[in-house]
Amino acid sequence: MTITEKILAGHTNKKEVVPGDFILADVDLALGNDITAPTAIEEFKKAGGKKVFDPEKIVLVPDHFSPAKDLESARLAKRLKLFARKHKIAHYYELGRMGIEHALIPEQGLVSPGNLVVGADSHTCTYGALGAFSAGIGSTDLAAAFITGKCWFKVPETIKLVYYGKLPKWVSGKDLILHTIGDIGVDGAHYKAMEFTGEVIKNLAMDSRLTMCNMAIEAGAKNGIIAPDEITYEYLHSPLSTLHSLFKSDPGANYAEVREYDVSKIEPQVAFPPLPSNSKPISRVGRVLIDQVVIGSCTNGRISDLRTAASIMKGKEVKVRTIIIPATQKIYLQALKEGLIETFIKANCVVSTPTCGPCLGGHMGVLAEDEVCISTTNRNFVGRMGSPKSKVYLSNPAVAAASAIKGRIAGPGK
Amino acid sequence: MRMQSKGRVWKFGNNINTDEIIPAKYLVTSDEKELGRHCLEDVNPEFPGRVKKGDIIVAGENFGCGSSREHAALAIKGAGISCVIAKSFARIFLRNCINIGLPIIEKDIFRFCKENNLLSIDFKKGIIENLSQKKKFTMDKFPQFIQEIIQNGGLMKWVKKNIR
Repeated sequence: MTITEKILAGHTNKKEVVPGDFILADVDLALGNDITAPTAIEEFKKAGGKKVFDPEKIVLVPDHFSPAKDLESARLAKRLKLFARKHKIAHYYELGRMGIEHALIPEQGLVSPGNLVVGADSHTCTYGALGAFSAGIGSTDLAAAFITGKCWFKVPETIKLVYYGKLPKWVSGKDLILHTIGDIGVDGAHYKAMEFTGEVIKNLAMDSRLTMCNMAIEAGAKNGIIAPDEITYEYLHSPLSTLHSLFKSDPGANYAEVREYDVSKIEPQVAFPPLPSNSKPISRVGRVLIDQVVIGSCTNGRISDLRTAASIMKGKEVKVRTIIIPATQKIYLQALKEGLIETFIKANCVVSTPTCGPCLGGHMGVLAEDEVCISTTNRNFVGRMGSPKSKVYLSNPAVAAASAIKGRIAGPGK
Repeated sequence: MRMQSKGRVWKFGNNINTDEIIPAKYLVTSDEKELGRHCLEDVNPEFPGRVKKGDIIVAGENFGCGSSREHAALAIKGAGISCVIAKSFARIFLRNCINIGLPIIEKDIFRFCKENNLLSIDFKKGIIENLSQKKKFTMDKFPQFIQEIIQNGGLMKWVKKNIR
């Protein structure tokens, strides 16, 4: 079996599962945010739900329209808070402790290798970086999970993606995943698991691993996954578990497809609007003038992303409005201690409290007609960040920072 | 679930994403009628104003890709659409439709439909008919497990019956 099949089987009463099986699996963690959870709470009430299956296994994070952008979003967040209070939800994060869910939850150590996590947010696939099976679901799915602690799945086939060679400077997990999506397309991994492997992944830092699994959904995947190893356990501050050998694919596991990538040939990538699959190497981007830069999100708002951006901006000034969003309070504080925030402010950037905000055109950096943004986020769909006439380009933090300095899309140089 | 539907065709292409189906600025409500008033407005500004109850969406590949927002399925339902027929659906969107009881059919009939054609669907017999072009198509049934959820009237009702 593959690691994905093993984890799914382990959460049912079956010894083995094969792709195509329908299973009802126990969930270790069920997650909702201020957009999706209120609908789930409504369904929970309509179904006569009185008690949640386990208040320790539910996570509620008001991160999308938070701090409340208007009266309606304040009401959504309030419904989250009241539900959390009533059901004694252990992991409810009020503003001040709140961070962008997919950065916060790994940081809080809520996910362990071998876990099965569901979340009413498509980027829930992020936690595959910790060796968990983790998939996005809808609000009604979440309501059912609140009541039963279970979720139905069709066991996915797996695509194995093998990365080898020497990673060039400025090429990160973001570039590997944009390149991969560019290769297979936005439905290249439709309903499937994406298993990231190879010598490059083995040595890849956790932040980059989280970025890669985060964007598995942009290829249509059910989940992205990386077998847990020393880097995983070091990140989780836990000793290398004896269990960890259980969570890797068998040598004879069946794959729908195997693809190999020589990373030494991969440049920093830029995904052109309106699809994440429109990725091009930075050398082939040409002249693209920009109005805004966003560095942050569940994809690239972690400390290493901010360090990279600051290293490029230090001592310089940006030419266009630039919004920096540390993904959690802990990341924000760490960036402050390291002097990164000072670097950003001296470069004339705006630094915001953690929020999903501009990534989905919510608030804190919405685009007007004909404006162009380069962003370290995950989607560049039509109208994603505001006006349907605006344009979004996706990149890693180094390219975004270099572009902010130049006022046009630019690589970070040598 | 209704066993038959009949309506005019609205065509949409490949990779129609949930941001296009319902932009994030409208996600402050989950009222399906209100969401329906803005459904797909950035792709076809005429759609929300002119769609009629019972109309049918015919689309290409990967319909509903992107975010997990159930509001996308709710908006389409709220707009009055009786069924979405697409070559393929993105997985979370597919779950959401099944869970809330919005009929969907995975079938590639895009080439065989023109905008505003009259379609009729017999879910029981598994037949889609383009009445304007006098063409008939058979549809595949969903796997047994999914059919059970649909026949129970959505996930929450299925949960009540099977788990509690």
